Amino acid sequence: MAKADAQAGRSSDRQRLISGENVRRILQTQGILIAFILFLVAFSLSSDRFASFDNVSTVFRQVSIIGTIALGVTIVVIGGNLDLSVGSLLSFTTVLVVDLHDKIGPTGAILVMFAAALAVGAVNGLLVGFARLNSLIVTLGMLSAIQGVTLIYTGGQNVDIVDQEGTWFTFFGRDFLLGIAVPTWIFLVLAVALHIVLTRTTFGRRVFAVGGNPTASAFSGVRRARVVFSTYLISAAATGCAALILGSRVMGSQNNVGQGYELLVLAGVILGGTSLLGGSGSIPKTVIGVLILGFIQNGLLLMGYPYYAQWLVTWVVIILAVWLDVASKRGRLFTTTS
Amino acid sequence: MTPVAHHTQSELDDLKAKAPLLVLDGVTKTFPGVKALDDVSFEVRHGEVHALLGENGAGKSTLMKVLAGNHQAERGQVHLEGEAIRVANPLEAKKRGIVLIHQELSLVPEMTVAENIFLGSLPTTALGIVNWRTLFDRAGRILDQLGCRFAASDKVDRLSIANRQMVEIARALVFTPKVVVFDEPTASLTDAEKVVLFDIIERLKEQDVGIVYISHRMDEIFRLSDRITVLRDGQVSGTLKTAETTEDEVTRLMIGRSLEGRPAAAPGAIGEVALELKGLSCGDLFRDVSFSLRRGEVVGMYGLIGAGRTEIAETIFGLRTPDAGEIRVHGEVVQIASPPDAIRHGIALAPESRKEQGLVLGMSCRDNMSLAQLEGVSATGWLDRGAEQAIYDEYAERLALKSPSWRTPVVNLSGGNQQKVVLGKWLSTRPEILIVDEPTRGIDVGSKSEIHALIRRLAASGIAVLVISSEMPEVLGVSDRILALYHGRLAAEFDAASVTEDALVQAISGM
Amino acid sequence: MTSSTLHTSLRRVMIVPPIWLILIACVVFFSFAADNFLALNNFTNILIQTSTIGLIALGMTVVMINGNIDLSVGAVVALAASLSVGMQDQLGILPAVAVGLGSGMALGFLNGVIVWKTGVDAFIVTLGAMIGVRGLVFLYTQEQSFFSMNFAYADFGMSSMAGVPTLAIVFLVFTAIMHWLMTSTSHGRNAYAVGGNREAAQNAGIRVGWHMVANFVLVGFFAALAGITLSTQMGASTPNLGINYELWTITAVVLGGTKLAGGSGSILGTLGGVLTIGVLRNGMNLMQVPAFYVLVVMGVILIAVLFVDQRVSRREAEELKL
Repeated sequence: MAKADAQAGRSSDRQRLISGENVRRILQTQGILIAFILFLVAFSLSSDRFASFDNVSTVFRQVSIIGTIALGVTIVVIGGNLDLSVGSLLSFTTVLVVDLHDKIGPTGAILVMFAAALAVGAVNGLLVGFARLNSLIVTLGMLSAIQGVTLIYTGGQNVDIVDQEGTWFTFFGRDFLLGIAVPTWIFLVLAVALHIVLTRTTFGRRVFAVGGNPTASAFSGVRRARVVFSTYLISAAATGCAALILGSRVMGSQNNVGQGYELLVLAGVILGGTSLLGGSGSIPKTVIGVLILGFIQNGLLLMGYPYYAQWLVTWVVIILAVWLDVASKRGRLFTTTS
Repeated sequence: MTPVAHHTQSELDDLKAKAPLLVLDGVTKTFPGVKALDDVSFEVRHGEVHALLGENGAGKSTLMKVLAGNHQAERGQVHLEGEAIRVANPLEAKKRGIVLIHQELSLVPEMTVAENIFLGSLPTTALGIVNWRTLFDRAGRILDQLGCRFAASDKVDRLSIANRQMVEIARALVFTPKVVVFDEPTASLTDAEKVVLFDIIERLKEQDVGIVYISHRMDEIFRLSDRITVLRDGQVSGTLKTAETTEDEVTRLMIGRSLEGRPAAAPGAIGEVALELKGLSCGDLFRDVSFSLRRGEVVGMYGLIGAGRTEIAETIFGLRTPDAGEIRVHGEVVQIASPPDAIRHGIALAPESRKEQGLVLGMSCRDNMSLAQLEGVSATGWLDRGAEQAIYDEYAERLALKSPSWRTPVVNLSGGNQQKVVLGKWLSTRPEILIVDEPTRGIDVGSKSEIHALIRRLAASGIAVLVISSEMPEVLGVSDRILALYHGRLAAEFDAASVTEDALVQAISGM
Repeated sequence: MTSSTLHTSLRRVMIVPPIWLILIACVVFFSFAADNFLALNNFTNILIQTSTIGLIALGMTVVMINGNIDLSVGAVVALAASLSVGMQDQLGILPAVAVGLGSGMALGFLNGVIVWKTGVDAFIVTLGAMIGVRGLVFLYTQEQSFFSMNFAYADFGMSSMAGVPTLAIVFLVFTAIMHWLMTSTSHGRNAYAVGGNREAAQNAGIRVGWHMVANFVLVGFFAALAGITLSTQMGASTPNLGINYELWTITAVVLGGTKLAGGSGSILGTLGGVLTIGVLRNGMNLMQVPAFYVLVVMGVILIAVLFVDQRVSRREAEELKL
């Protein structure tokens, strides 16, 4: 008798658990979206200009470079690795495409630039995928090496495009299509494409599997090294796209223009909710994460704060976002570590 | 509801003779949504080995963690030598003389043996400077006492698993323990190492230490223990005197019913040779292994840990490169350089370690099931979700998978259901040769017999099955033929119907 | 000699941090290749040049042995330098330096407590802090560089004791203290336990949370100290000081053999890593090789060391082809 009661109690416990789990799942998967919307509402209320089309499209344009890189890095991170070389690679590819523009023409410059980017991605991919070295250290080494190569290439000089009027190269950074800036188009089109790759193709599924459990993936016939290799190619190609935007916008380049981007990009990816452990995350999350960074900056500027105020807010927001995520998975706010 | 505790007169005398050392009285512990321990009462006497049994999730590990101070019970009391105690953390438990020997070793590999033994309480001078001489002297004395053959200054990452376990035990002896809790201590020990461990347990007994022995293995429990307490669903379903009970009775208490006997073999269904190994060798792992596996047949591969069983399976599956020998599938020599090659040849491997090798734990059941044949569900590289769903629906039903939904991450399933997802993944590739490595490790008794029956059914449907196991009842129960391995070599081959346990034991220990 | 005994003897050699072999090779190479390399004052130069990253690396090593990481050190360098230069006029040199050091320790404390209490990975917590602390620097400095009006401050950066530059002595003394801390005290030994097996450490009664916080305070202290010594060398501070230092520091520490996963590493290894980078920079500079090449060589050495380490430490026969 008592046992039956206990059993009944247990099953109702379970039902409550399930509904609690549902709420938690929604918060876990959509929490960052909810926070994002709250953000937008708060900023809209405090500034008239904030919600205007012009302002919003400005933010999109501003985040397009970091965002485009972040898309590629997201795929690397879901695959269970890091890519710290993207900042240096952005410097290198931007310098390359700008410098070659006047030497071999825009088409050739773009082709060579992407080839160089993919070569760097391939080196990362070989070392992390096939040689199975730690990705943080490999890409840290590549960060240093590529920075060196860039400086050797330019001899320490900045580069620029001499005839800025007579080239269609301005298209990628300065033109508009259907009222929307081309950088925004590049960012969003790449986002949609990579989202489809991640969710609708077998390659995307393999990326999640390899990031979630590389050993079990190998035991299931997934060729881990190839998958990891490909994620680095994608990351490098995305960085190449960002270089296209940056080079075309500035029509010139400093040789350290991408310095520090690797960690800012990662901030956007993390803010969106992609776990550094690999195996989970998504492209839309990263888009939102990057937009949050952009809107914090924009909103605070509109409200009259100095531009570095965004950094302080970003500090708090990153930690809060990840904390809430971790806490909801743990089921309690604080750790039990003594 | 009443626990089974029939005390005979002689036992009551016993009770008086040996006062209880540790008494748990009505301990209750709840986790969000789950009552892990429900009014549990349990006692250990001086010099007694008290075995604790139960299926996974029955509450054994929670009970242990309450004892060791990792968890605090919300109701109930713990008495040690008649005194009510509250243990706030593991260190306090240790200081009071309650020590837990962990199943997952809790050593720091980069440190010396001595530092590990005195972890958290290194002998220091006033300034926090480590007194190395005292440390090594004291650690050395404890190691001598245990008859260990390694030095206190050795680094732990150079020790064998068994020796690491010795370090764990040595650590327990620092605090002159009164109660020692062993959690599945033999899981990774060889037979010779087990003997040493049992010896130590005997010695602790002689020193009047109370021992709680948690294990799945009936033979050990019946060999070592004085009493057995069985947990089920967080409650004590009975406490028995070992000398007066049987395995059947204990099993019944554990799962609430008796087990059916050996799953019936389908006679006469055995067909042509599906897989054949000829002189296969791989480094020091195994040498010159030859055997064949027929359609419709279950072959058991039995041997000690380290005998090369898993490594043979991994080589067949393309995860290791053999130095010599050949593998034939349906009579033709094949080159298997990687798992995709193996899958192409109709081979499937459900690996030894479900969580590390078998499943992507954070992924849904459905996505795990289709992982081994993504080409199969999409020729073009585009995922066909309908085809994936069809696979899930079919195998969830065939295997009686209990999962809330296809999108439930497998990490939330029980061990038995996780194993079904692994099996579903491989069955959906329609293999002709299925290798299952330790198919029921860490799985509760109920699901065990279910999986054994499934293996028989698969064989009856024409699949050639190789079952690797270190549990004798399992190989005896499920196989048609048994291959005995000793030190990387095939020692003998038996007909499962006629082999004796003694013959098997002799074959795998090189006698 | 069979391959397996070769392996074991190789592994035994590896007890000496392998970076020291590379360091010795570099020293030998530059002794022949660069004329002025072997001079005593060149070595003190190297020590001064490496002391900034070297000091941070001492703290970073301990944090990384714990299995954590601190990406905010570069920003802390700038904050401590700005505070200790900017507050001199109001407070005097020593109190201003104390404020600088205190700011680093306070931020380390904050990082540590957040890592401990929230359970968020240290990489993420300190990535946030890296961005935020740089914001604090700009907030305090209003984007201005500060110059020290008191010559005693800059004089300290140039001073020597018994012919050895003071900054080099500071670095070496702290290296010795940290080596002693990690090898001889229970706090140091516990660091390996916390990084190697956190649950075991906790079960053994080590106060893991406070232990980690203490180490974050340490790395904060060393980053601040590095910022202050750097500003004494320049007699000034800029808000952009220390950008990318976190990456160079991690490079040096990893070169020294400390594992990212925690549980292993040593101060001697880190010293070797820091000196190797210093010798490379200095030697190539003396050979009139443009500084850019150092970056390439450093990157290649970092990856090569990782590669060799993996090949030596892995047990070929037992490994699966994954």
